[in-house]
Order: sequence, then structure tokens, then C-alpha cells
Amino acid sequence: MPVVPEPVLTMSGIGKQFPGVAALDGVDLRLLPGEVHALMGENGAGKSTLIKVLTGVHPADAGTVELGGAAVAFASPLEAQRAGISTVYQEVNLCANLSVAENILLGREPRRMGRIDWKRMRARAGELLARLELSLEVAAPLSSYSLAVQQMVAIARAVDIDARVLILDEPTSSLDADEVAQLFRVMRRLKDEGIAILFVSHFLDQIYEISDRMTILRNGRLVGEYLTRELPQVELVAKMIGQELAVLERLHGEAKVFDRPLVEARGLGRVGAIEPFSLTVHEGEVVGLAGLLGSGRTEIARLLFGADHASTGEIAVGGTPQSLRTPRAAMAQKIAFCSENRKADGLIPDLTVRENIILALQATRGWTRPVPRDQQDELVDRYVKALKISPPNPEHLVRNLSGGNQQKVVLARWLILEPRLLILDEPTRGIDVGAKAEIQRLVAELSDGGMAVLFISAELEEVLRLSHKVQVLRDRRLVAELPNDAGLTSDVLMETIASGGRAS
Amino acid sequence: MRRLVWPAVVLVLLLALNLFFTPSFFSIEVKDGHLYGSLIDILRFGAPLILVSLGMTLVIATGGIDLSVGSVVAISGALACLQISQDASVFTAVTLALGLCLVLGAWNGFLVAGIGIQPIIATLILMVAGRGLAQLITDGQIITVNSPAYKVIGGGYWLTVPFGILIVLGVLAITAFLTRRLALGLLIESVGSNAEASRLAGIRARGIIIMVYAFAALCAGVAGLMISSNVSSADGNNAGLWIELDAILAVVIGGTSLAGGRFSLGGTVLGALIIQTLTTTIYSIGVPPETTLLFKALVVTAVCLVQSPSFRAKVLRGRGRTAPPGPAAEKKVRVSL
Repeated sequence: MPVVPEPVLTMSGIGKQFPGVAALDGVDLRLLPGEVHALMGENGAGKSTLIKVLTGVHPADAGTVELGGAAVAFASPLEAQRAGISTVYQEVNLCANLSVAENILLGREPRRMGRIDWKRMRARAGELLARLELSLEVAAPLSSYSLAVQQMVAIARAVDIDARVLILDEPTSSLDADEVAQLFRVMRRLKDEGIAILFVSHFLDQIYEISDRMTILRNGRLVGEYLTRELPQVELVAKMIGQELAVLERLHGEAKVFDRPLVEARGLGRVGAIEPFSLTVHEGEVVGLAGLLGSGRTEIARLLFGADHASTGEIAVGGTPQSLRTPRAAMAQKIAFCSENRKADGLIPDLTVRENIILALQATRGWTRPVPRDQQDELVDRYVKALKISPPNPEHLVRNLSGGNQQKVVLARWLILEPRLLILDEPTRGIDVGAKAEIQRLVAELSDGGMAVLFISAELEEVLRLSHKVQVLRDRRLVAELPNDAGLTSDVLMETIASGGRAS
Repeated sequence: MRRLVWPAVVLVLLLALNLFFTPSFFSIEVKDGHLYGSLIDILRFGAPLILVSLGMTLVIATGGIDLSVGSVVAISGALACLQISQDASVFTAVTLALGLCLVLGAWNGFLVAGIGIQPIIATLILMVAGRGLAQLITDGQIITVNSPAYKVIGGGYWLTVPFGILIVLGVLAITAFLTRRLALGLLIESVGSNAEASRLAGIRARGIIIMVYAFAALCAGVAGLMISSNVSSADGNNAGLWIELDAILAVVIGGTSLAGGRFSLGGTVLGALIIQTLTTTIYSIGVPPETTLLFKALVVTAVCLVQSPSFRAKVLRGRGRTAPPGPAAEKKVRVSL
């Protein structure tokens, strides 16, 4: 262990300019064989750009890259892949309408006399998945599997290529604890095979569990390279954000009494999605939804917002029964919904930040009554400042923003409607510590102002920190409602999830 | 605005080519109180195509396509001429014809947004059936009318300017007002760019889609009136034949992506003018008639290539290296011709 082997990959003095911004400036990175190397930094620190320079998506403006001692410059991700650098990106970039096997082997299908050998292809795909200890129906379309499984398929695709360097850009953001453990087992095995793994994640616990070494970036510059075991978490966070982070405790001070029910669902359910449940959200209350991925959290949110049709049950808003058959109907009752999948369900990539922010407001007014331009500018300006959207240019195309900033844009879209109930489905997933704290603080402020919030998150700590009460889900069923008092800890929550509420 | 540079350059080049072959090409004179000249002719004969292309732009911006506009052109002219030949007033004839076009367009929109048929198939139905409907209206004959009032639409003048050009300017102004002054354009671009996210943002995508197909058919209807008025007759078989393809081409040359999303009305007008100028050029520089289609195809190919950023980058940087995609290009691969 003490003998440091030759790095398999060395990047030095990397610089990259985008119009108006220096995305990277003099960044060094070295990857050692058989190590998991974490790349750390806030949103917009340059992590994704560095990865894209490495994999040939963007050419570097300055600096050199050496792979196995020889200087290289990849013109395309394909060239990088052929040289042994494989990447799994943050958001699943696969073809949902193709089969699992086709996705894994796309572009390198086993062939016989020029024709694709389907039998061998399915067998090969099965083997690769077995390496990840997954058994899937490889002939089934990828879309029939959950986002988490799709992510694993993307990883299977990446490790098929004889990789010397494997880059995992936020692979865990949509995985639940078991799946993360499974991924880590695979990572350890690949590491033992001598592969250098570059790992990006916003979950600090995961970084400390899996990584050996880390490189920290801040604002496109190198902060330093550290051995993970020698750098305490607090120092890591301080280095990432460049200041000491005030410790966030439970954000709600005194106990509040909630006596004005805002949204009441009675026996609401949808066949195949979520069993009938009853749920009451009061004015000013933050209700947390805890449960594993696929336990029905998103399904509850979609029913309350009218994004899906309920097959049973009823909803009352402010005491009057309402039929929320469409998102418009829910918006008319001042219910807003920030979806978990911002790429598919939130952003309009072709439009600017300003247009994305005013979109829902414009939709409620209809096309005949445009939001006056000065009012648009004022609203957008206010929320760009309040949420610290970066870059603070409202005319930027939203698809050019980093993930966390895109999330803030979607959040701003709903906040300008001044909803009475705000449903947040994984609002902090895949965004950095600083932005996460900002969003959490914002939720607390909003609820103090009387807004009800339904808060969905895979991170139990976060649910505990924000919620007044926690609803626990398991296997598409609401199994328990727990008041968030001193006795409720993440251990208790985990037990409740595990036992299905029978213990409490 | 930067997107309009290349179509504008191409148009200027085409016009310059004409000037080279026909030195009097740019001269405009007033004869009998009417404007005359090659440039005026391009605008006048290009008017129906510009109209159809404007409607097509909005349809394409929602991520759809409308193949039926050519048939609607024929139906509109046929119904108007039939009415006039049966001694109805021009006003009644025009109103009935455009009313029918609105209904047909709404039908297209209903098939697409209400039932969920893919746009290319949904409008293919009316493309084929519409020709039959037009022949049914004209009873398989070419209806000839003799109405000076009707003649004005396509062949008349107002204050020396051809009436068709004024109609185009009017429709363009209305379209620009609806889409850019009011919020219709934003909502159309939103639906075309991400339909599900638009629904979750509370946009009534169905109504908007029905509206753009109805608008496209209305534009085609006006174009149909113009075409039939110009020749004082209605030909169910040949009026507006293949105009849908020219219109799609005009939209694409104008920089609107066939994938939907951002659209450019100015680009579409430039695109339609390029196509019309090309047709005029072919006649004026004397390309042999049997090679005109091939010549047109070559020019269009060149126009599309010169507009493609990745092609330009390849040519400029030499072969072998692919274009460095900016941050904009990484998420969605688009055909930006």
C-alpha cells in the first residue's frame, strides 16, 4: 500500500474557456491504478467540464493529458473509449426504447457475417449484468425498468469495454441503499482488477466509504489532492465551499400547532402505482415522505398534483372536495409540483432561464395575456438573486446550466406562483452541499410563511431536519405516520421502513 | 438573429447571380399605376408559399408536421370558385372556403392532440383524402370563374402594390403579434421542446396543437384563394401540388428545427423567398427545363450544408476532426439544417 504506483492518467494545467466564463483554470488530476479517486466540488466548480475535457467531449484550451505515459488528446468520447476511458454520466443517456441487451452492446454488437448475432448478444449482455450481480430480462425494453436499474445498465455498458479508467459521474444519485452497496461491490472488484475509477458524488458518506484519494475543485481551480482517510469531512466541506459551513440543525425551532387542514386525501389510490392512502397536509406544515426508491413516493406526489388520474378516493382542498384531474386543476388550487426527473418533467431545454421561470405563470394566464416584460424581468431578477442561480443571466439557455442551477430554475418557476402547497420530489438530489443547504433553508422559510410543503427525499437526515411529520412508505403503501419529535431519529425511520410500520 | 445570417447570405448570393445574368434584374418600374419588376414578381409569386410556410413553421415548432396543406390549398380554391360560379358573393365564397379550411385544420389537430396519431400520419390522411374532396367539389372539372372582385385577391393591386404581397404582410404581422407580442410563441416552443414538462407546467398543450394546425390550414386556405384567383379557375388536381414540401423546406432553411422548439418567422420568410428566387433564377439564367429539378436539388443541398454548423466547422478546420460541440450541443443532438 505505501508504494505509490505510477499514475495511469495524468492531467496537468488543464484550462477551458466557455464564452464569458473560465470553466477550468490550471487544474491537475492524476489517477492511480487500483484506486477510487473522488472528484469533489460544488455545482459549477468544474467537475463535469473536467470530465468532458478528459473524455474528448470538449477540447482543452490549455494543459496536457497523459494516458499510460503517452500524451493524448481525444477528439471524441469514442476515441477516449477506445483508449480505455469509459464514462457513465449523471443522467442516464441510454435509448429507452431499445432492449437492455441492445443498450449494453450498442455500437459493438457481436456479428456473424455482417449480421448481428442476437443470441450471442443476449448471452453476452447477461454475462455482463451477472458481473454486476444483476439478473434482468435482457430482451425487455430498457424503459420497462426503473431509473435505478437503467443506471446499472449504463454501468454494465461502460465496464464491458476493457477500461483502464472508469469515470462514474454521480452514478448513485438515483440508487437506493442496497443498490449503492451493490455498485460499491462492483467498484471494489474493478478496483482490484487494477482499474482506476474516478468517482463523483454529492453524498459525502459514500465518498468516505469508497474512495481512497480525492481531488477538490472550487470555481474552476484546483484546491488540492488529499488522501481520503487523512481529510475529515468538516475540512472537506470547508475546502469545497471555501468557508466554514454553519452546522444545520433541525430548522424548526418551537413546536407549532397545525389546525388548518389544507389538502386532505382520503382513500386516494391508483391501481398499479399506489395503494389507497389518506394524508392530510396543514397550512404551514412540512410533511416528509420517507421510503425506498420505488416505494410510491413519487406516485403520491403525482396524484396530489393531478399529473396522474386517481382510480379511487377523493381530495379536498381547504375543506371543499376537488377533482384534480389535470395539473392545471391542481394549479388552480395553488398546488405546485417540482418533479424528481427535472430533465424529462421539468426543464424546457430550448428556452432561456427567464422563459423557463415564467412558464407556469404564463400557462395559468393563457396565451392571450402575456406577462408584461418588466414584470417578468422583476420576478426573474428577484428569484435569480434569491436562489443564487448561476450564471445570473436570465437570457442564458437553461440547458447550459449545471444540474443544481437547473433545479433552482424549476423551483423558481413554482415559487412565483406563490403556491399554498408545494410538492418537492427530491429537490436536492445531485446538487452540492451549499445549494442543498440553501434549498433546505428556503423550505423552512416558506413553511414559516404559511406554505405547506410535501417534501420527498431519499436522504432520511434531510427529511428529519425539515419535516414536522414524516409519512413512511413501503412497497407502494403508506405504512406509518410519525410526528417528528425528539424521539424520531434516522434509525427509527429506517426500522419503520424495514419493518413496514408493524413495530410502531 | 445570428441564425438569420446564413439564409440572408444565400438569398443575396442568388439575387447577385441574377443580376450577373440579367443586368436589369433589380429595376422596378411603375406601369399603368402598378409596380413591375423581377423582384416584385418574386414576392408576388412567392406569396402563397410564404403563407403556407408561416403556418407550417408553427406546426413544426410544436414538433409536428402538416402534409395536408397542399390539398387544403386545392380545396379552398375549389370551394370559393364553385360558390362564385353559382352566383354567390365573393365575400360569402371566401368566408365559406376559409371556414372549411379552419374545420379541416382543427380536424388535423384533433387527430394529433386528441387521439394521439403521429402528425405525419394524421395529416397524410387529409393530404390524400383532400385531393379527392377538392375533385368532388369541382366535380372533376376545372371551374373557371369570371369575377373581377375575386381576381383582386391574387392578381389585383392596391396603391401600386400587388394585393397578394399586402395579404402576406398582413398575415405575417398578425402571426408575429400572436406569437411574439402575446405569449403563444412561448407556449408553442415549450410544447415542442418538452411536451410532458409543458403539461406539468400547466400548459394546455392540446388546445395549442389544435390551434396551430387550424392556423396552418387557414394560411393554406388563403394561399389557395390567391392561387385560384390569380388564374381565375380552380384545379382540384394541380393547385398547390407539392407546396407542402416546399413549405417544409422553407421552414428548415429558415433555421427552425424539425425536432420542434425554437422557431423563426423571419427565417421562414427568407427560406420561402430563397425557394421562389431559385425558381425565378432557373428560368432567367436559362437552365434547360429537363434539368431544372436537379439544379434546384443541388442548390438546396448546398444551402442546407452551408447552414449546418458542424459541416461549416468541418470544412473550416479541415477533415478528420469532428466539430467541437459547444456546451449547447451536448444534451440533444439536433438536425439543424
